[in-house]
Amino acid sequence: MIEMKHLSKWYGSFKVLDDCSLQVNQGEVVVVCGPSGSGKSTLIKTINALEAFQEGELTVNGVALHDPSTDLPALRARVGMVFQHFELFPHLSVMENLTLAQVQVLGRSLSDAQVRGAKLLDRVGLAAQRDKHPSQLSGGQQQRVAIARALAMDPVVMLFDEPTSALDPEMVGEVLEVMVQLANEGMTMMCVTHEMGFAKRVANRVIFMDQGRILEDCASSEFFDDTASRVPRAQEFLARVLAH
Amino acid sequence: MALDLTFYSWDLIGRYVLGGLWFSVQLTIVATIGGVLLGTLLAMMRISGNRLLMWPAAVYVNTMRSVPLVMVILWFFLLVPFVVGRPIGAEVSAMITFIAFEAAFFCEIVRSGIQAIPRGQLQAGTALGLSYGQNMRLVVLPQALKNMLPVLLTQVIVLFQDTSLVYAIGAYDLLKGFDVAGKILGRPIEAYIGAALVYFVICLTLSRVAARLVNRPAA
Repeated sequence: MIEMKHLSKWYGSFKVLDDCSLQVNQGEVVVVCGPSGSGKSTLIKTINALEAFQEGELTVNGVALHDPSTDLPALRARVGMVFQHFELFPHLSVMENLTLAQVQVLGRSLSDAQVRGAKLLDRVGLAAQRDKHPSQLSGGQQQRVAIARALAMDPVVMLFDEPTSALDPEMVGEVLEVMVQLANEGMTMMCVTHEMGFAKRVANRVIFMDQGRILEDCASSEFFDDTASRVPRAQEFLARVLAH
Repeated sequence: MALDLTFYSWDLIGRYVLGGLWFSVQLTIVATIGGVLLGTLLAMMRISGNRLLMWPAAVYVNTMRSVPLVMVILWFFLLVPFVVGRPIGAEVSAMITFIAFEAAFFCEIVRSGIQAIPRGQLQAGTALGLSYGQNMRLVVLPQALKNMLPVLLTQVIVLFQDTSLVYAIGAYDLLKGFDVAGKILGRPIEAYIGAALVYFVICLTLSRVAARLVNRPAA
């Protein structure tokens, strides 16, 4: 599904991604973790080409992103993305948020898009909020709408960029619940998160990054249970996040 | 010197003033619509990241903003007939001039409005597969225009006051209406007081509306 080979990216002379290689197969849930500034967000944003890269190869759903002739909007339409700060469109209603790209990008009729939207709103438990504006919803509700908005495009893979970091603690659960459900249904997911409970529970694999490099890429059971075999930087990180 | 209040009659207003007022309003509306459209286009050019678009737009905007409006009015009055190859009236010339001039100011308002929209919005649209143009039209501009409505309205008030500068090319606007009436009836002072009052009432009303928009709770 996703195949990344020796990918590197620079901001000026600063190397943000350093020779990153990874593979995500269909139906896998991969959690990306690491200290802040380690390049996690940048890494997953290369997968839907929100971030360009200078070196290496990246193939997503059979589409080569390193090929300059690739139709990026077409690829992005099939790769769902959920942002830390939701990024719902504040001038549109919840339903309009869900239908906009379906109509404009996929060319669905408005009524088809609304049927699809209503189904997904129902699924994230927000069917009653369809005519409200995002500012009228809580953070947790907004993030669930954002997930529904991404799912409305029938993505082949979902990317999550710290989806719960901007939420009040009591709202984290409702968002994670939707994500767990999605994972159980077999959605291919790549998720930058500090929620180690979620990683333990649903991730097949954990990728650990520091300073733009992928230092660990192993099964999540291995990552959490066999901490002694991890690289020192990951052990340090785990000791801190699992301490309390 | 006593003021002659009988100067202000319905007959005078109907005969001299209304036509001029109508032109001033028309000029304001045309310049606002045309100026916002052209200004938005200039703003898109300025933020495009493409030097071939950015440079001409920047030169245009900075030139217009550095020249007194009355000079632009005079220059266009002289140049436009030369360009289109036939004489045009002062009124049409004024409309073209005001669209061109105001576009420079509206451009900067639109540009700052666009830049105030968080980058994440553009990213979200992009991630959904929207093209740059769709993103601008459907995501960024509607939000930007809504945010900058009060500033736009303030600019429209200035614009309405500035329409009086068309006296330089003899167009018949609100000020000219009072001016003519004052001259014919030999009451210039009453005429200019009347003109000032009408400008004052219209501008005050508009700025009240603008203030209301600023204080309106975010939707």
